[in-house]
Amino acid sequence: MSMSWPTDSLTRAERRALAEPSSRPARFNIARPAWTNAALGVGGLLALLVLWWLGTDVLASPDGFIRHFSPTTAIPKLIVLLSGPDLPVHIMVSLRRVLVGLGFALLVGVPLGLAIGSFQRLNSATSPAFQFLRMISPLSWMPIAVMVFGVGDDPIYFMLAFAAVWPIVLNTAEGVRRLQPAWLSLASSLAATRWETLWHVILPGVLGHVLTGLRLAIGIVWIVLVPCEMLGVSAGLGYFILDTRDRLAYSELMATVLMIGLLGFLLDAGARALYRLATRSHA
Amino acid sequence: MTQLALHTSRHEAPALETPVLQARDVALRYPGQSRATIEGFDFALAPGETVSLLGSSGVGKSSLLRVLAGLQAPTSGTVTMNGAPLDGVHPRVAVAFQDPSLLPWLTLEKNVAFGLDFKHQPKQSRAESEARVEMAIREVGLTQARRKFPAELSGGMAQRTALARCLARKPEILLLDEPFGALDEVTRTEMQHLLLKVVRDFRTAAILITHDIDEALLVSDRILLLGGAPASVIGEWRIDLPKPREDFIAELGTIRVDILSTLRGTAQRRAA
Ligand SMILES: Nc1ncnc2c1ncn2[C@@H]1O[C@H](COP(=O)(O)OP(=O)(O)OP(=O)(O)O)[C@@H](O)[C@H]1O
Ligand SMILES: [Mg+2]
Repeated sequence: MSMSWPTDSLTRAERRALAEPSSRPARFNIARPAWTNAALGVGGLLALLVLWWLGTDVLASPDGFIRHFSPTTAIPKLIVLLSGPDLPVHIMVSLRRVLVGLGFALLVGVPLGLAIGSFQRLNSATSPAFQFLRMISPLSWMPIAVMVFGVGDDPIYFMLAFAAVWPIVLNTAEGVRRLQPAWLSLASSLAATRWETLWHVILPGVLGHVLTGLRLAIGIVWIVLVPCEMLGVSAGLGYFILDTRDRLAYSELMATVLMIGLLGFLLDAGARALYRLATRSHA
Repeated sequence: MTQLALHTSRHEAPALETPVLQARDVALRYPGQSRATIEGFDFALAPGETVSLLGSSGVGKSSLLRVLAGLQAPTSGTVTMNGAPLDGVHPRVAVAFQDPSLLPWLTLEKNVAFGLDFKHQPKQSRAESEARVEMAIREVGLTQARRKFPAELSGGMAQRTALARCLARKPEILLLDEPFGALDEVTRTEMQHLLLKVVRDFRTAAILITHDIDEALLVSDRILLLGGAPASVIGEWRIDLPKPREDFIAELGTIRVDILSTLRGTAQRRAA
């Protein structure tokens, strides 16, 4: 009689845990409940709000200019602006630019990353050039972009795409390098064509890395967007900031700053949710 | 070449069936290497036969299997399947490796179905491939788990899934490269019995690469021992015992000793 051991009912992670008992103390292994983390995060945001309020309302001298930027006026103003006609239009314009910029960056970055990840020589040939180009602030292209693409949205699309393409290229290439050789041998043992291998193995296999690149790109694009919109356009959040300044509408200015932070926060959360959704089965 | 003529060998000459897979004078030399990896390999696999390939690590077992699978062209010699030259992977030759190679983004079911609709696979209706997938999953006993993702499967379940993926192709030949090498002893025994059942139910021929002499003794009709550099067959044993073979330990023991002494002989020759 051989001893029966219900190994089939254990997941791989559980078997690993059985095989090598964790060297860490147990208390580190107890996952903090998600809601505790969420509560801590909200606490941090509230602390930030209090600091803002202390800076503008309590610590500032009674006739200090900084009092114009108090949360007590900015937050109500934001609500007013959001229900008014102007701000939603500027938000939509900015978001459209972000989406178009990211779209171009994906269109160029994913195929380029796939090629670079697949061919070591191409990687060696392009890597220093990319490090060089990546270090040029996208804003430095602005005059050239305006001269080449004309005034309007086009130079902004160019600059945003230029800023966003690097993390997408680099992460996609890394994803290709991390593809398991076993998946590729599987494809060849099933007589997959090149196209089938690309579509059924490589693309789903690098999706997680592409989305990581996309998330980094969103962060960069959102930061580059506002200064990009401060020149030569008449809509968008960057334009609106300068407009409020010119109208001396300081509470509106602060409300817009708040809105920019809020939207960036939401975009990042969206990108993270997308990543989790796409990789939920990989655990 | 050793031919063991105990009561385990065939008393009459083997029937002259057309081999499903035949290798004639196959040699393989990787580009840039001074010496061939395999040389003078002659081999015929009868329909429904299970053959194990034994040999020390690095001798060229996996290389040989890749040639027999049509994944790697031999440098010289020919490989034929049912008499026709094998050029590339044949849809009715199914290959499985030590790594179950499951795609983590697909459910067990989708992993089993993977590749059935590829261009070079035989055309079949959707209903037909669904039926095949279901049958293959039932055969390996994973119907309950069919909607799970690979990360939720144990090592044994993952290897069963890989086997089901082979079976969904209704293979004439199963080529298995140490498929159970990474499993624990008990799961391994379960998988060996599953292999016996699968070979019987599907009437498929199989070549099994293994490091484990006992595994070879329990599942195969014939054992080939590869050795030397370049590698060739240095020993061959035919085992005509009914399966499962747990009741024939004594008979198997004789062959086991013979295999081990052949192995020791080559090791001594190499040391000398
Ligand atoms: N693609 C390749 N290119 C060049 N040499 C290779 C290649 N694959 C294998 N080899 C060489 O061929 C020899 C046999 O390797 P192979 O993997 O076939 O051995 P094996 O018997 O399967 O070993 P193991 O039992 O460890 O799996 C080794 O020396 C190996 O380095
Ligand atoms: Mg091997």
